[in-house]
Amino acid sequence: MPRRLAVALVAAAVGLGSASCASGSSDTPSATSSSSLTGDITVLAAASLTESFTTLGRHFEAAHPGVTVRFSFAASSALAQQITDGAPADVFASASATTMRDVVTAGEASDPVVFATNSMEIAVPPTNPAKVTGVHDLTSTAVTTALCQPQVPCGATAAAVFTNAGITVTPVTLEPDVRSVLSKVELGEVDAGVVYVTDVLAAGEKVRGVEIPDDVNASTDYPIAPLAHSTHAEAASAFVDYVLSADGARVLSAAGFRQPGA
Amino acid sequence: MQTLSSRERERRATSGGGSRSAPVPLLVPAIVGMLFLVVPLLGLVFRAPWGQAWTILHGSAAGEALRLSLWTSTTATAISLVVGVPLAWVLARTHFPGLRLVRALVTLPLVLPPVVGGVALLLAFGRSGFVGQYLDQWFGITLPFTPAAVVIAETFVAMPFLIVTVEGALRSADQGFEEAAATLGAGRMTVFRRVTVPLVAPSLVAGAVLCWARALGEFGATITFAGSYPGRTQTMPIAVYYALETDPDAAILLSLVLLLVSVVVLVALRDRWLRGAV
Amino acid sequence: MTAGLVARAEVTRGAFTLHADLRVAPGEVVAVLGPNGAGKSTLLSAVAGLTPVSAGQILLDGDVLDDASTGAFLDAAHRPVGFVFQSYRLFPHLSVRENVAFSPRARGSSRADARSAADDWLARLGLTELAARRPGDLSGGQAQRVALARALAGGPSLLLLDEPLSALDAGSRLDVQTELKKHLSGFAGACLVVTHDPLEALLLADRLVVLEHGRVVQEGTPAQVARRPATEYVAKLVGLNLYTGTVDGSQVALDGGGTFVVPNHGEHGDVLVALRPSAVVVSPHRPDVSSARNTWSATIVGLTMLTDRVRLDLVGKPSALVDVTPAAVAELGLAPGGEVWLSAKATELEVYGQVPGSRS
Repeated sequence: MPRRLAVALVAAAVGLGSASCASGSSDTPSATSSSSLTGDITVLAAASLTESFTTLGRHFEAAHPGVTVRFSFAASSALAQQITDGAPADVFASASATTMRDVVTAGEASDPVVFATNSMEIAVPPTNPAKVTGVHDLTSTAVTTALCQPQVPCGATAAAVFTNAGITVTPVTLEPDVRSVLSKVELGEVDAGVVYVTDVLAAGEKVRGVEIPDDVNASTDYPIAPLAHSTHAEAASAFVDYVLSADGARVLSAAGFRQPGA
Repeated sequence: MQTLSSRERERRATSGGGSRSAPVPLLVPAIVGMLFLVVPLLGLVFRAPWGQAWTILHGSAAGEALRLSLWTSTTATAISLVVGVPLAWVLARTHFPGLRLVRALVTLPLVLPPVVGGVALLLAFGRSGFVGQYLDQWFGITLPFTPAAVVIAETFVAMPFLIVTVEGALRSADQGFEEAAATLGAGRMTVFRRVTVPLVAPSLVAGAVLCWARALGEFGATITFAGSYPGRTQTMPIAVYYALETDPDAAILLSLVLLLVSVVVLVALRDRWLRGAV
Repeated sequence: MTAGLVARAEVTRGAFTLHADLRVAPGEVVAVLGPNGAGKSTLLSAVAGLTPVSAGQILLDGDVLDDASTGAFLDAAHRPVGFVFQSYRLFPHLSVRENVAFSPRARGSSRADARSAADDWLARLGLTELAARRPGDLSGGQAQRVALARALAGGPSLLLLDEPLSALDAGSRLDVQTELKKHLSGFAGACLVVTHDPLEALLLADRLVVLEHGRVVQEGTPAQVARRPATEYVAKLVGLNLYTGTVDGSQVALDGGGTFVVPNHGEHGDVLVALRPSAVVVSPHRPDVSSARNTWSATIVGLTMLTDRVRLDLVGKPSALVDVTPAAVAELGLAPGGEVWLSAKATELEVYGQVPGSRS
């Protein structure tokens, strides 16, 4: 039994090795493809882009059968850290200009382009147990609130909202990314969470949104850039172009993002 | 033909046995294994900003996080001892239908991803969890996002280490001593207190140390069930994780502090207790 | 009320059933002798309350300890019984004094009272100097005395000893045996010793109970049992040849073949015949036949050196164990396969019918 297991492990390791070799060579012929692009690309994207980018990835793959798009969704700040630590990836889509700037400064990317903006909304459980009607309700100690960590874009943007409104909010927890905030709201463990408009939309019936008026709301820019150490630069640029295309804009708008300058 | 130094001759003559040097096929992987475990720790030591250590540790929330980590993991260990040792006894010494299932369930957190444990805790003891909602309705107690939740998450993940260690010791312990105690007039509780527990004491300490170390390093279940807020629920591992994004120097120092605490405890106890553990 | 221990019970452990039937009077030392697997430990375990009986009852000084018919059962902890285990089972984490104080303390004495009771027993057994030691630092004989002190300190009215000397090396055995004999005779309660060593049983006990295959096969004083063994096992233990046969006047027809001439007591019926190995004479040729002697031929199948004799294992009608001097072995050229003549005086044969206490 152990021997068989060992054989299986070795086989798996060899398989992995040859797979990565194959994907490493970008000149692999692709007979069925109408596009000349090939290879696997890894896109590191802000957690708030989970649904819209997954859709975009599917569309992109349909247009370029030789390309496989893999995503890693997390807090933009965490992804930026991974990139500067040398994570192998091809494209970075951030939920904040600041984290993108860190990556550019580190020489890992250049010429980022803003492809969307997002603003904040209060997510409450469907029953809205604390009867939250606006940001000022979040100052009450009776209302338990979840926020993102301040260094995470959604945390920083939420902080900007509170500054605009001239209030101080003491959360019960500072979550690692916006999706953790949302899931705490979905589970009913907190009365409110400050998340992106797009998250409320994506969550559907599981949460209810309480709008933040435009005069106090803050928004964050979503810049995207191919990464300097990409091994599939062509496919990476193509993906970025696709996100910036009309098709990309349509998918993002449907998810609740706004176009820059809109 | 080999040559033996006089020192080696003396050693073999006095303490007996053959050569004490390891054969190469064992030695090489052994060194590789050791380096693999030690090199990352050296990485922390080399990269640490020793010059600013004091200011960083003093200025950041590190002190708070360390204090929180120490008292929550100690409390988790205490709870594990109070509840886990009797449970280990029941698992080792009694027979009832479903015992095997109970044993499997009790040790499940050992293999369960801690985040899953955290989600499970939320669903049970969360504000709208099937136990938690009554705690909230009847007693006005909400556990998530409190230090109590940190203790609960740590206990959930760490207690099985204690249970498994102590149960094994109880199983292999000579029950003849307990019989002897019974014939000397000791009731079952007296036997447990004065004979059973002292006899498995080395394993009990070893289990408690493992439990404490596991609780100290707990991350996934804690951040899921207790969230993270500095000074209240942000333990050292969570502080390290966040600091890594914003302040890598602080992260390294925090890691070193955690490492130092663990090493001191393990070195102090390993030789004395783990070796003697039954 | 019957004072002392009365056990008439069956104890079932898996496929094995012990049929216990014995009494031990206060002040009496009874040794239960039997081979491994005879049920000796099961007997002690049942009397101590570590194993419940499956039928019958166990009484001590008229009080029910265990009764399968009524379901009454007194916990081991509540029986006035002291148990000296085979390997002593001294608590390794407690000092000698704490070990001895354990029982008084567990039975409700204050810490100080338990301690002084312990010191008292340590003094009586000459252990005062060892009071602070751990059991791991004791010699076998010392540990044995500590175990005895610990069992006695609880003030039992019944003392149980399981193979009390088997954990000792041959050298210290004799001293400890003498010592133990002294302490046991000073004990006012009933005392039950279990052993597979006949010498131990003979020296320590006032009365022997022989247990085989879960049943009592013989009971009696050491002298009775040694002279008239009821079974092959007992005969072997006491070093006798034992034959079963049918007597008719001066003739015993042996079940295994052969005939013995015995003193005529006008008896008829089934008997046992015991013969000491040293009472048999070995000669290379057929000796002169006398009516008072039994003479038969046999083949040597084995020789074993004993301390000052050689034991011959002979096959014939009947087969026998015979002791000769080493000189005789040399002079007669005795070797395996050799053919010799055996003779034994009729008066050397111990012929007896029903063995007292035998229930086989």
